Amino acid sequence: MTEPRATALHAEHQQLGASFTDFAGWTMPVRYTSDIAEHTAVRTTAGLFDLSHMGELELIGATAAEALDHCLVGQPSKIAPGRARYSMLCAEDGGIIDDLVVYRLADDHFLIVANASNTAVVHAELERRIASFTVELRDATDCWALIAVQGPVSAQIVGELTETGIFGLKYYAITETKLAGSNILLARTGYTGEDGFEIYCRPDDASRIWAELLRTGTPYGLKPAGLACRDTLRLEAGMPLYGNELSREITPFEAGLGRVVAFGKEADFVGREALARRRDEGAQRVLVGLTSAGRRSPRSGYAVLDPTTGREVGTVTSGAPSPTLGHPIAMAYVDGIYEEAGTRLQVDIRGTQDDVVVVPLPFYRRQES
Amino acid sequence: MPVPTELNYTADHEWVSIDGDIATVGITAFAGEALGDVVYVDLPAVGTAITTGDACGEIESTKSVSDLFAPLDGEVVELNEAVVADPGLLNTDPYQAGWLVRIKVTGPTNLLDAAAYQTLIGAE
Repeated sequence: MTEPRATALHAEHQQLGASFTDFAGWTMPVRYTSDIAEHTAVRTTAGLFDLSHMGELELIGATAAEALDHCLVGQPSKIAPGRARYSMLCAEDGGIIDDLVVYRLADDHFLIVANASNTAVVHAELERRIASFTVELRDATDCWALIAVQGPVSAQIVGELTETGIFGLKYYAITETKLAGSNILLARTGYTGEDGFEIYCRPDDASRIWAELLRTGTPYGLKPAGLACRDTLRLEAGMPLYGNELSREITPFEAGLGRVVAFGKEADFVGREALARRRDEGAQRVLVGLTSAGRRSPRSGYAVLDPTTGREVGTVTSGAPSPTLGHPIAMAYVDGIYEEAGTRLQVDIRGTQDDVVVVPLPFYRRQES
Repeated sequence: MPVPTELNYTADHEWVSIDGDIATVGITAFAGEALGDVVYVDLPAVGTAITTGDACGEIESTKSVSDLFAPLDGEVVELNEAVVADPGLLNTDPYQAGWLVRIKVTGPTNLLDAAAYQTLIGAE
């Protein structure tokens, strides 16, 4: 086991009194003060995240779009330059290798953002799949630091510091601009369920950009925010996490994300046959939301039970007390017959059966401004 | 992180203050920080007989849940209702307002002193 890597912002986190956790080979801030306070800041004002552990792969070449249409289940050739799309890399059997955000920076240039724990696997798998294309793939994780500003006032904060202004930048769009004098890629994307921005910058510029965002954002209520609240934020927003909701044993159809598979594209793509079969047969188990009126939270791995028979009919993948809603929430895979909203189930919480009810995802949806 | 020198400790990050045959039990600031914001505390009922090392309650944060282990043999004589109502006391004031239970001690105890506990958390 090698020592975990520190991001370019490690000294800033230490100075802010962060607690750290080892995550996918990186040492990352888990919280600065309080998970709940950081979570609430993102919901009401803004949070500032270091996400430099995320993997960045760049694919360049005249046939890069065709190559990606073959590699991924989506249709990156349909992404306009300056826009982004959520997609997945699936295995031949349809299992999810990783979920990704694909940015098209130019006609012949894509930025593919992978989960930290999967970056090496994604790189190797893409390398194998593009062998017959004349394109260049490189792991650019070391070239990019990634800072996110998420929350309802994030547009004001980022807007004050950028030359071009951000108000024309649409959701899931990306542009080259300058922030506090440094060249950046500014994307309106995130993983919190709020409006927000992700700032890709050179690691050498990261400390200055972080400090400027903190200085400008603090009067708006911005707080540095760690990975712990990132998890409760994405859970409330019903967003899947690789390793919890998504894995090699799951296809996009179980996860309720069949829409990411572009069967209409001409290109043959890895997993097409298996995925088409899964689409036609229907998923055996499906991802649902659960809420509980109790105080104890279902947690990852707990069994979901049919209250009438006591039979195990599913497994919790993520769960926590929701800071925004004030009661436990969870996502779980359950047998298809239990997927309807309103279905009453139980979760075995460390030996006692607590009542839960199936609810539609997401648990939380922001008010459109 | 400094630990109060007048208390005793367990390797499960609980503190114990013994006055005569009554022991007051809580969790350390180190435990509170590792858990994150505590949102729910489940304590053994008054009258429950507890045995050293057995799980006798639960402490749940937004991030995770931990068992509360009995630090010694005895019988629960008092609960801190304030911490049940406001579990955040475990984060803000773990050694005073955040105490959890009082136990009438019925057997020999085997606890760490502050120096030994400091060494333990220094090593973690």
